Amino acid sequence: MSHSKMKSAIDTFLKGKMSRRDLLIKAGRYGIGFAALTKLMGMQVTSALAAQDFDWKKHSGTTIKLLMNKHPYMDSMIAELDNFKALTGMNVEYDIFAEDVYFDKVTAALSSKSSEYDAFMTGAYMTWTYGPAGWCADLNDFIQDSNKTNPSYNWNDVVGNLRDACSWSGVAGDVPGAAGSKQWCMPWGFELNSVTYNMRYFEKAGMKPPGDLVEMTDQAEYFTKNAGSNEWSYGIGTRGSRSWATIHPGFMSAYANYGLVDFENNGGKLKAAMNSQASKDFHKQWVKMIASSGPANWSGYTWYEVGNDIGAGASAMIFDADILGYFFNGNPDNKEAGNFGFHGFTPNPSASAPTPNVWIWSLAMSNFSKKKDAAWYWMQWCNGPENAMAGGVKHNQVNPVRESVWASGDFDDKIRGTSPGYMEQYNSSIDGSKIHFTAQPLFFETTTEWAAALQEMQTGSNVDETLDKLASKIDRMMKDVGLA
Amino acid sequence: MEYDKSFFNLYFFTIIIELLLGLGIALLLAKRNWLNNILGVLLVLPLMIAPALASLIWRLLINPNFGIVNYLLSFIGIDDFTWASHPDTVLFTLIMVDVWVFTPFIMILLLAGLRSLPRQPFEAAELDGVPEYYKFFRITLPMLFPFILTASLFRLLESIQQFDIIYALSQGGPGESSMVFQVSAYLQTFQYTNIGKAAAMMVVLWAICYFLCHVFVQQWHKLKIKTKGELLQ
Repeated sequence: MSHSKMKSAIDTFLKGKMSRRDLLIKAGRYGIGFAALTKLMGMQVTSALAAQDFDWKKHSGTTIKLLMNKHPYMDSMIAELDNFKALTGMNVEYDIFAEDVYFDKVTAALSSKSSEYDAFMTGAYMTWTYGPAGWCADLNDFIQDSNKTNPSYNWNDVVGNLRDACSWSGVAGDVPGAAGSKQWCMPWGFELNSVTYNMRYFEKAGMKPPGDLVEMTDQAEYFTKNAGSNEWSYGIGTRGSRSWATIHPGFMSAYANYGLVDFENNGGKLKAAMNSQASKDFHKQWVKMIASSGPANWSGYTWYEVGNDIGAGASAMIFDADILGYFFNGNPDNKEAGNFGFHGFTPNPSASAPTPNVWIWSLAMSNFSKKKDAAWYWMQWCNGPENAMAGGVKHNQVNPVRESVWASGDFDDKIRGTSPGYMEQYNSSIDGSKIHFTAQPLFFETTTEWAAALQEMQTGSNVDETLDKLASKIDRMMKDVGLA
Repeated sequence: MEYDKSFFNLYFFTIIIELLLGLGIALLLAKRNWLNNILGVLLVLPLMIAPALASLIWRLLINPNFGIVNYLLSFIGIDDFTWASHPDTVLFTLIMVDVWVFTPFIMILLLAGLRSLPRQPFEAAELDGVPEYYKFFRITLPMLFPFILTASLFRLLESIQQFDIIYALSQGGPGESSMVFQVSAYLQTFQYTNIGKAAAMMVVLWAICYFLCHVFVQQWHKLKIKTKGELLQ
C-alpha cells in the first residue's frame, strides 16, 4: 500500500508538482529510506520513458562500449545506468581513464580507426580535430530523425550557446553553430570560468569579490603581501602549465571581456591578433597579476593544483572553472570546505557583464562504431531531460546543460544550500558564455604556443617582443597549412 | 625548433654528474663488507622507482607551499627557489631529478666493474709502494674505462630518449627552455594529432641513437682489446 502511494508521490514530484522536501517528508512517513527512494525514482522515470510511443527495446541485447574520463559526471551516469539497461535491454561496457591520459587514449583509438568504442567523452575543442578528420559522426543525423530520437528528448532544452559550441562547419574561422555546421558532439556538462573566493579570508580582509581585473590584481597583491602572518599563501590561483588548457579558462574569459580576439578572419584567412596594442596592454596587466600574486611555481599549475590550493586554503581566490569550487566546497576532506563564495566576474571596467569562455564535457559518437544506432540510444538517454534532472538533483552533475534543470526548484534549492552566489554567478554569466576562440584546425598547437609565451612573459620576457614573436610564429604555422 | 641549447646542456651535464657521482660512490663501496652491502642496496632504491613517479615525488618535495625541500632550504636563507618554474632553474631541477634516479645505475655498473678487476696489478703496485692516486689514475681508471664507456653509452641513449621526467616536471617549459625532441614529438602526436611530423622527429632521434651506438660499440671493442693487451704485457 505504502509502495503504491509512494509511487504516486514520486509521479507528482517528477511532474514538478511537489517539492523535493515534501517528497522526502512523505518518504519518511512511509518508512522509505533515501537509498530506496532514489531507486524508486529511477524506476518511475524508466517506466515513464518506457510508456512513450518510442521503441526503446529496439536494440535489446546489444552491447555498446564507452570510452570515458574519470569525472563526477561519469559517476552520476554510472549511478543511473541500471535504469538505462532496464529501459532498453541493452548492455553498456565502459573503460574509464584518468584525465592525464584520457585524451591520449581517445586519440589512439580514433586515429587507428578502431571500432572498439562506440561513444566517448570529449571536449568541444577536440572535435575541431576529430570532426573534420572524419573520426566522429555528425549527430544531426540522429537528433533530427524522429525514428531514432524519443519524443521527449527536447534538444532545444539544451542551452543554446552550448549546442552551438559543439558544432562547426570545419571551415577555419567559421563561427561554431553557424549555418552548415555539423553537430560533432552533444553537451553533457560544462564549466563557466568565474571567480571562486574564500569568504572567510575576504571577510577578514574587509573585501568584496573583485569588480574588475585591476581590482583583482590589487586584492591578490594584498593577500600575497600579507601571507606571512595569515593562513593563506598567495592571492590568485590560475593555470600556468605549458598547455592550451592554461589559456582557455580565466585568461581567455578576461581576454574576451576586453573585446580581444585570437585571430582576425579575412575571408577564411586567419591572422594572429595577440600582438595588437590592446592585447599587449591586457597581457601586461595579466602578467603583472600572476607574477606578483600568483603561486610561486605557477608554470606547473593545471586545474588540479588550482583547485587543490583553494581547497586547502593556500590561495584566496581563483579565476577558473566554477565547478572546481563547487566540488571543493562540498567535500569535507578539504580544509576550507564550505567557505567558498562564487562571483560572476567582469574583468573589463567598461563591460557590462561577464563573458566566460566555456569548457564543455560532451558526448561524441565514434565514426568507426558498428553500432551507431544503439550508441545513439545511450547518448539520448544520457543527455536526455530525465537523466539530466536526476544527475543535477540526485547526483553531482554540475553544471547541467539543460535549462529545465537550472529552472527546477529542487536543483536551485540544492545549489543555493551549498554554494553561496553560485546561481547568481550562473545567471549573470550564462548569456555571455561561449567558446571565444576562433575555430580552426591548429587550435591546440597555436594555443599551447600562446601558453608558452605567457610563461616567458611571466618569467620576465618583454611582453611586446614576446607577443610579436608569438604572432609571427603562429602566422607561419597558419601559412604552412594554407590558412594565412 | 628552439631547443638545441637545453637539449645539449641537459644530456651533457646529466651524464657528467652521474658518472662522477656514480664512480665516487662505487669507489667508496668497492670493498666488500656488511655495511657496504647494505648501503649498496639502499642506494639502488631510487632506480626501482619509475622515473615518472620519481618526478611526481619530487614535484611534491619542491612544492613551494608544502614541500619539505623548500622548508629545509629556508633555514639556509634560500626562500622561493623557483625550481622548474623559471628558465634559469629548470635545467638544474631536471638534472637533479635525473641524477637522483639514474646515478645508482652508473654506480651498479662501475661497482661491478671495480669488483671484477684483476688483483695482480694492484698487488704489484702495493709491493712497489706506488702512491694511491697513481694507482687510481694509472691502473684503476684505465682498466675501468670499458665499464665507464658502457655506462655512458646506456645513459646517453636513455637521456636522448628522456621523456617522463621532463614532461612530468616542466612539459618542456617555461616557454621553450626545457623543450626536447621527445616532448615535442609527444605533443605533436597526442595533442596536435600531427602524427606525420611526430614520426619524422622520432626517425631522426632513432638515427642519432643508431649512430651513437655504432660509434660507442666500436670504441668499446677497441678499448677492450687495448685493456686486455696492456694487462698481458
